[in-house]
Amino acid sequence: MTAVPLQPPRRLIEFSLDGQDTRVPEGSTILEACRAAGKDIPTLCEGDTLTPKNACRVCVVEVEGARTLAPACSRRAEPGMAVRTDTGRARHSRKTVLELLASATDLSTTPRAAEWIKEYGAEPGRFGTDAARLNEEPKVDNDLYVRDYDKCIQCYKCVDACGDQWQNTFAISVAGRGFDARISTEHDAPLTGSACVYCGNCIEVCPTGALSFKSEFDMREAGTWDESAQTETTTVCAYCGVGCNVTLHVQENEIVKVTSPHDNPVTHGNLCIKGRFGFQHVSQR
Amino acid sequence: MDLHFGDCKPTDEEREAVDALLGPPASAWEGGAERGEADLRWAVGGRAARERRDLLLPALHAVNDRTGWISEGALDYVCRRLTVPPAEAYGVATFYAMFAVRPRPATVVHVCTDLACAVNGSAGLRAGIEERLGAAGMAAGGVTWQPSPCLGLCERAPAALVLRAGEPAPAPGTEGPSDGRGALRRRASAVVAPATAEGVASAAGAPEAAPSEPSAAMAVPQAGQDGLILLRRVGVADPASLDDYRAHGGYSALRRAFALGPAGVIREVTDAGLAGRGGAAFPTGRKWQATAAQPDHPHYLVCNADESEPGTFKDRVVMEGDPYALIEAMTIAGYATGAHRGYLYIRGEYPSAVARLEHAIGRARSRGFLGDDVLGQGYAFDIELRRGAGAYICGEETALFNSIEGYRGEPRSKPPFPVEKGLFGKPTAANNVETLVNVGPILTMGAEAYAAIGTESSTGPKLFCVSGRVARPGVYELPFGATLGELLDLAGRPESLRAVLLGGAAGGFVGPDELDIPLTFEGTRAAGTTLGSGVVLVIDDTVELPRILLRIAEFFRDESCGQCVPCRIGTVRQEEALHRLLDRGGAGAAADVALLREIGQAMKDASICGLGQAAWSAVESAIDRLGVYGTPVYGTPQQGSEAGQGPRGDT
Ligand SMILES: Cc1cc2nc3c(=O)[nH]c(=O)nc-3n(C[C@H](O)[C@H](O)[C@H](O)COP(=O)(O)O)c2cc1C
Ligand code: SF4
Ligand code: SF4
Ligand code: SF4
Ligand code: FES
Ligand code: FES
Repeated sequence: MTAVPLQPPRRLIEFSLDGQDTRVPEGSTILEACRAAGKDIPTLCEGDTLTPKNACRVCVVEVEGARTLAPACSRRAEPGMAVRTDTGRARHSRKTVLELLASATDLSTTPRAAEWIKEYGAEPGRFGTDAARLNEEPKVDNDLYVRDYDKCIQCYKCVDACGDQWQNTFAISVAGRGFDARISTEHDAPLTGSACVYCGNCIEVCPTGALSFKSEFDMREAGTWDESAQTETTTVCAYCGVGCNVTLHVQENEIVKVTSPHDNPVTHGNLCIKGRFGFQHVSQR
Repeated sequence: MDLHFGDCKPTDEEREAVDALLGPPASAWEGGAERGEADLRWAVGGRAARERRDLLLPALHAVNDRTGWISEGALDYVCRRLTVPPAEAYGVATFYAMFAVRPRPATVVHVCTDLACAVNGSAGLRAGIEERLGAAGMAAGGVTWQPSPCLGLCERAPAALVLRAGEPAPAPGTEGPSDGRGALRRRASAVVAPATAEGVASAAGAPEAAPSEPSAAMAVPQAGQDGLILLRRVGVADPASLDDYRAHGGYSALRRAFALGPAGVIREVTDAGLAGRGGAAFPTGRKWQATAAQPDHPHYLVCNADESEPGTFKDRVVMEGDPYALIEAMTIAGYATGAHRGYLYIRGEYPSAVARLEHAIGRARSRGFLGDDVLGQGYAFDIELRRGAGAYICGEETALFNSIEGYRGEPRSKPPFPVEKGLFGKPTAANNVETLVNVGPILTMGAEAYAAIGTESSTGPKLFCVSGRVARPGVYELPFGATLGELLDLAGRPESLRAVLLGGAAGGFVGPDELDIPLTFEGTRAAGTTLGSGVVLVIDDTVELPRILLRIAEFFRDESCGQCVPCRIGTVRQEEALHRLLDRGGAGAAADVALLREIGQAMKDASICGLGQAAWSAVESAIDRLGVYGTPVYGTPQQGSEAGQGPRGDT
């Protein structure tokens, strides 16, 4: 007989979601409840492997009786709470947040951004042509990955992944304040002079493509990046005995990048430099 | 943590500044210069290594105070000493306006450009300073100057603050170093207000020789009058003397507190109906009760003396004029809430208040009013003073906790509330200076007598910071319930009153026809505005309102922590739209006003903290109530658009 490890029992709490009585395990976020109920709420700073910073505010919902909207990704459901996900107020804030983000940053490689912008009727252009933008040049200072902060929405995911939530390397942090805040190494040093160990876990969690493999960056520049022509194969990393799962993204018989399944109990999406970047030898280079 | 350090070394001066704060390094691993035998077997890790992180802000101050900026070598050394990742420390250093991570002259002049100063001629002052010291940010003759947000000197606007980095001054009564280093540059600061360009230039050259500041009593036009409660000792008792404080009734409230016991104190404060004076008007008794009841320990008390709301200076005047009153009140609050340590977080732009309180805390400690056994009652309580470094957002209580803990001053999202998880993740009662100094009178006069002052829902006396175009600007104490007009009569209203900004940049404007608004929490709320932190900024028709609005927008853009999108980008778009409105009118104006409303709504609804939520309230009120930009004036102001500073109900 196999022993099935039991989670400690969790009480169910009851609350109202868009008028429907809903039961979720105690401690669930409103977003988890929404997903269980099949509701699609946009999210950017939320990630399946990290505690969200709830900084993007694109997932806000209306909680009855509250003065302000609540971030669905972080607010826990409470017994008796009445939540509305689709009110005019909530939709207005989501639309405005999408407009603000798209007017200041390059969302062209953010999955689903275009779809949401359309769905919410966001018009990023209406702030005028001289609306301030991030205007950052891509930072290409090593052969493994590129930081293109013009695409950065400052979701803090990479900082959390590099810091105490996963890697414990603390190579990057947010520097500066307000609109001038940027993800940065100490004294803005190039990555090669920083504490970075090139695990690439920050790339894994980046929701916008601001962090990308050098291989992907180069192919995009050359116009040869074609996701539809890529296959994904999940296998086991052959370097050491840990046995991390790696997903090889292959285009025209070449590995173009490596990710790791987030639901894998060994990695939770994390890899080290070898599993993440050491793929050239496969192509005998 | 596997920390990675660069190979930049600190200079001797930087090392000395940090060691003066932290003591000499215990090992080469901590940045000691020589590697000794013992270093082979030295290890410190985990919690022990990390738990000194809260010294990061003081350590950055130590370096910045000594050399005027924070070099790579100095930052690295601080990080080694405190086991902080350099990237994070860099993130902290670049968060604060008073720190620089690029070389700059030792003397930095901060010239206020905010509301009261703008109304009183800061533009001309800046032009004069530019003539003498060059353009802002330029380094000439060991001096640089920069525009600054409100310096909390609004009653003496326009204002400037000179800070010179250098060796700390020798303790009074001791000789300076005799090794020929006496000629070294000494640390000094000078407040110049009201400021002239010559005054600023000469203070910049020799801050130690600048004329001393007028006493705090000069900011209190009612000083010495009968019937004052909160301000009764300002200008009457010597703020440097503990005995004089006691001779004027000091420390009788603490004795009464010990007689009542913690629960008794909380009952008195609750029955007195004391509401927080920091902007959100949360009932203090409830906050204390909730903190005291938490099973998790230790508990902390935090006094919020950050006071960076433009137009606010009451906490400064209280701290400079009656410092022991705050120390006594913090002791009582600590006793009631079960805390043994209180943190007093004062904004970095208040050198005189910092000096006064440092002195008073030392005195109180040496006389047994603080320490292991306060007044022989078996209760241990001490106060740690922390200096902010130029960030309005650090007045938000959870940002303040992060700042003390050595992180970026970014607000945390609530819940959990501070009473449950506050400073260092422990139950914390955070209160404003003015809130706390009400506690003494409550205990000495009794809850009933206190609650009889003011109105039913706003009890007690209230401090108002009156500035702008009035004859006698300053801090006024009135019982809650006086009208705005009555307050303006005291301060001397201008001939052609244009508008009054209530509650500061995060508050709202009211028009000259609204002077019968009662100055109470409920009265201002009913009128669709807010009392906020007690700002009453008076504007007459010599003032260009659109410029003031632009300055407000600029302030919020500068002071946003940058964490959440509606505020980080919304404040920028708001400022851009107000710029366009300054340049043009007509149909374009209507479109920009509509745009402002849309952005404003999202900022109010979706921002994490009160800064983003209130960033549009003053502009909105100017559009709706004053009809600026020719927009229609609404008959009745929008109900329920309370523009309180802090989120309501933020225990
Ligand atoms: C952006 C922002 C700035 C604030 N600044 C201050 C401040 O300078 N001083 C203060 O006492 N409270 C300030 N507050 C309010 C505090 O968060 C908190 O509500 C207050 O210190 C609680 O004390 P009280 O209950 O005694 O009023 C600020 C709030 C926000 C959102
Ligand atoms: S680089 Fe990517 S992960 Fe990091 S903050 Fe920016 S958008 Fe988020
Ligand atoms: S990714 Fe790194 S840790 Fe994981 S199996 Fe490969 S080499 Fe080992
Ligand atoms: S509202 Fe502004 S100041 Fe507050 S957390 Fe968001 S970005 Fe920071
Ligand atoms: S996804 Fe919830 S705030 Fe970003
Ligand atoms: S000191 Fe200048 S506005 Fe307050």
